[in-house]
Amino acid sequence: EEEKVGEEKPEVLSPEELEKLKEEVDERKKLISTLRGKPWPMRKKLLTLRESHEFVEKYEGALGKGKSRKLYAYKVMMLKKWMKFQRDFENFKTACVPWEMKIKEIESKYVSYLFLLYPCTVLLVLPGCLLFFNLAEKALMGRPYGSMPRKTVPRADEANAMDFAVLWDFGGYAQYSVLFYGYYNSQRAIGWLKFRMPLSYFLVGVGTVAYSYMVVIRTMARNANEDGGGDNNSFNFSWKMFTSWDYLIGNPETADNKFASITTSFKEAILEEQESRKDDNIHLTRFLRVLANFLVLCCLAGSGYLIYFVVRRSQKFALEGLESHSWWERNEVNMVMSLLGMFCPMLFDVISALENYHPRIALQWQLGRIFALFLGNLYTFIIALMDEINLKREEEEVLKLNMTIWEASLYNGTLGANSTAPPITVHPADIPRGPCWETMVGQEFVRLIVSDTMTTYITLLIGDFLRAVLVRFLNYCWCWDLEAGFPSYSEFDVSGNVLGLIFNQGMIWMGAFYAPCLPALNVLRLHVSMYLQCWAVMCCNVPQERVFKASGSNNFYMAMLLVILFLSTLPAIYTIVTIPPSFDCGPFSGKSRMFDVIQETLESDFPAWFGKVFSYASNPGLVLPFLLLMVLAIYYLQSTSKSYKQANLELKKKLQTVSRTINKVLTLIQYLLYSLCGTCTDIVCPPESTPCKGGEHRAHQGKSDHQIPPSATSPPAPRGHRIPGPLPGNQWQPAPSVQRVPNSQRH
Amino acid sequence: MGTTASQLRKDLLSEYQELTFLTKQEIILAHKRFSELLSKEDRNIPTPRVPMEKVLSLPELKSNPFRKRICHVFSTSDMKDGSLTFEDFLDLLSAFSDSATLEIKSHYAFRIFDFDDDGTLDGGDLEKLVNCLTGETDDTRLTTEEMRQLISNILEESDIDKDGTVNLSEFQHVISRSPDFVSSFKIVL
Repeated sequence: EEEKVGEEKPEVLSPEELEKLKEEVDERKKLISTLRGKPWPMRKKLLTLRESHEFVEKYEGALGKGKSRKLYAYKVMMLKKWMKFQRDFENFKTACVPWEMKIKEIESKYVSYLFLLYPCTVLLVLPGCLLFFNLAEKALMGRPYGSMPRKTVPRADEANAMDFAVLWDFGGYAQYSVLFYGYYNSQRAIGWLKFRMPLSYFLVGVGTVAYSYMVVIRTMARNANEDGGGDNNSFNFSWKMFTSWDYLIGNPETADNKFASITTSFKEAILEEQESRKDDNIHLTRFLRVLANFLVLCCLAGSGYLIYFVVRRSQKFALEGLESHSWWERNEVNMVMSLLGMFCPMLFDVISALENYHPRIALQWQLGRIFALFLGNLYTFIIALMDEINLKREEEEVLKLNMTIWEASLYNGTLGANSTAPPITVHPADIPRGPCWETMVGQEFVRLIVSDTMTTYITLLIGDFLRAVLVRFLNYCWCWDLEAGFPSYSEFDVSGNVLGLIFNQGMIWMGAFYAPCLPALNVLRLHVSMYLQCWAVMCCNVPQERVFKASGSNNFYMAMLLVILFLSTLPAIYTIVTIPPSFDCGPFSGKSRMFDVIQETLESDFPAWFGKVFSYASNPGLVLPFLLLMVLAIYYLQSTSKSYKQANLELKKKLQTVSRTINKVLTLIQYLLYSLCGTCTDIVCPPESTPCKGGEHRAHQGKSDHQIPPSATSPPAPRGHRIPGPLPGNQWQPAPSVQRVPNSQRH
Repeated sequence: MGTTASQLRKDLLSEYQELTFLTKQEIILAHKRFSELLSKEDRNIPTPRVPMEKVLSLPELKSNPFRKRICHVFSTSDMKDGSLTFEDFLDLLSAFSDSATLEIKSHYAFRIFDFDDDGTLDGGDLEKLVNCLTGETDDTRLTTEEMRQLISNILEESDIDKDGTVNLSEFQHVISRSPDFVSSFKIVL
């Protein structure tokens, strides 16, 4: 019938036949697209593909003729082109992923954790790009260096503005460059495009934060979906069995380590399952744990106080003038923070030996403590910074008073109080400058990140490379085996490195509003880090002895990232909302609050009704009910998800009982069948004539893909009338044949 | 129909792209690596087969405890000797690739773990599986008591219908809940 259709003229086809044909073609197309997901051998897939292609091409031609079908043909062609484009784009994307080969190389040697670099780099590149865009606009539209006071180095500093020491500190020319907030002009519209500079600055700042939130939460949601939800914990042994081997391992050394760790984990799990909850000396353990936590708290408090003390001292130095102090005193704050970040985790490691936890739990505690350490340090730093901001603002007030005096002195008393004077041209470098607290904040963050980077690189070089060199070469003339005992090669600490990356990102988020080029600088730093780490990992490190993860899912690090994102944007938002901007620097200079720029834009650029709508929408009377609604929605979703989980568990239990019942019924039926067959073959059907029904059933069973053990085809020995319950193991029937019986029963 | 010694035909390449989860570059790389494994005489026959020993010499498979099972599962040889044609090799890489779906991976994982090829994972299969995972040396093996305990724990967790074996759907149910499976069940050339 199909051949006839192909030969007839398409106009002769009835609409129903056409519809059916179209359906069949669509079905074939769906088959083609799902072929790659079918577990068939390639030969079979190829044959099916070619057959389906032939069919589709033959009948698509038929469907494509006639005036109303032109659209269909066009649609089909576009779809083909789109699929080809998608495939080429996938190829292009994989070719573009940076460091793909390097990462594969590393992944074969170490466990595959480096995926985390991807979301981080994506997260960084995007803000970097956005801010570059901002800068590009500025560079193209804005007025160049030297044309305005905020863009020029003051006369007093000009002498040493190019000194390396000053530039390294981000003073001098660096301070008055695009790097920092203070450079940007507050003029509302720039250039022939009427580019709204302050508005764009504000929106880009807010936008990057919002985008970061979105990316992190979306990644978390995706990871949570992959988890499958529901009963995560009930398959511990099975997962250890089926998923613990990492197929990317290509190195025999890593493979041996992996074997050892799998064995240990099996033995531990079995032991844990067996031994009683009761632990001897539980009081001692509890006491030791409390002691350890107390020590850790002391450490944290101590480091917080140290940072605060050092920041106050640096303020004192700044007042006295930086030139009179040594390099250490000038960079004290950053060095102290970096050193604390390096040594405290080691201290925590030592303290945790007291606690005697399972390694995974110990790792979680360790990560939590390092987290608290970094957070504490960062917040102490910020509080100290707030003090400095207040100092600068006081200075500003004083300066504003002095400005009027200075201006008057310019005119040298030649004018009366009320007359307007011809403008006197003063070189921008000579105008007294207000202390720009925003630039100061930006500078502090940039300095912090630079010193953090330096510390990381130096630790890497000394801690890993130098150590490896010493161990390798001193081993020949040392009394004990340096490679096996202390100090041996350093292990590649995955979780520590990931944590470092996360904190780095947090600092970027904090400082990005005040130092717009910070994300771009960070991208550069990450590139260099990547190459350095790759080299170090391949040449100086050994894989970790015990390979395990800090948590069951990747969401642990993502959750940390989210918390850091929240905590680091908090200070920036606080400063935007409460502290008035400086009067002479930055895109918001002269306003009473930074977000006034939004108000201004609404008033001047949008029609009047828009402003009214906006003011109604931001009325607390509207916002509060909306927030209440959101809270209720969250509560509702939470309770439905709980009830789904409950329903899931119930269904599972039901499934078990039902399968058991079915099992019993099937064994009974099969037993009856076999006994019937036995009597049937003996009495009714001689071997040469057509096989009776019982034999047919057996033949149908034989059609299954799996072998049936020979004992299944012969009737079983008579067993008593009572059939035993669920069959232990697989005695005379393999499971597939039990499942097949219901199908053949339907004949 | 088969592949020539040095080049992969364009139409075949696009068909392979449609039928596997591999990208064009990956297929070309696979072809190159496969040709390196062929001996000189084999290069000129239309559908050459690489014997299992040669396949096992690939660095990606050398340290894998399941390498022999992998070859057996993907081999379409009538003699069941684990030898692979290029198309079998592509099937292998596709199932182990990054973009393969969970269904395909779990299907093949099940077949790999099914040492006696009877369609279910019974006690014997699980025991062989554990022995593979703990390394082949005697001092890393589990004792009989530990093995028995382990297998009974696993069956308790995964065997939903309590027939003493883990069938494909039970296996897929367990695997789909695992966060590690997709990322660890990967082989990349």
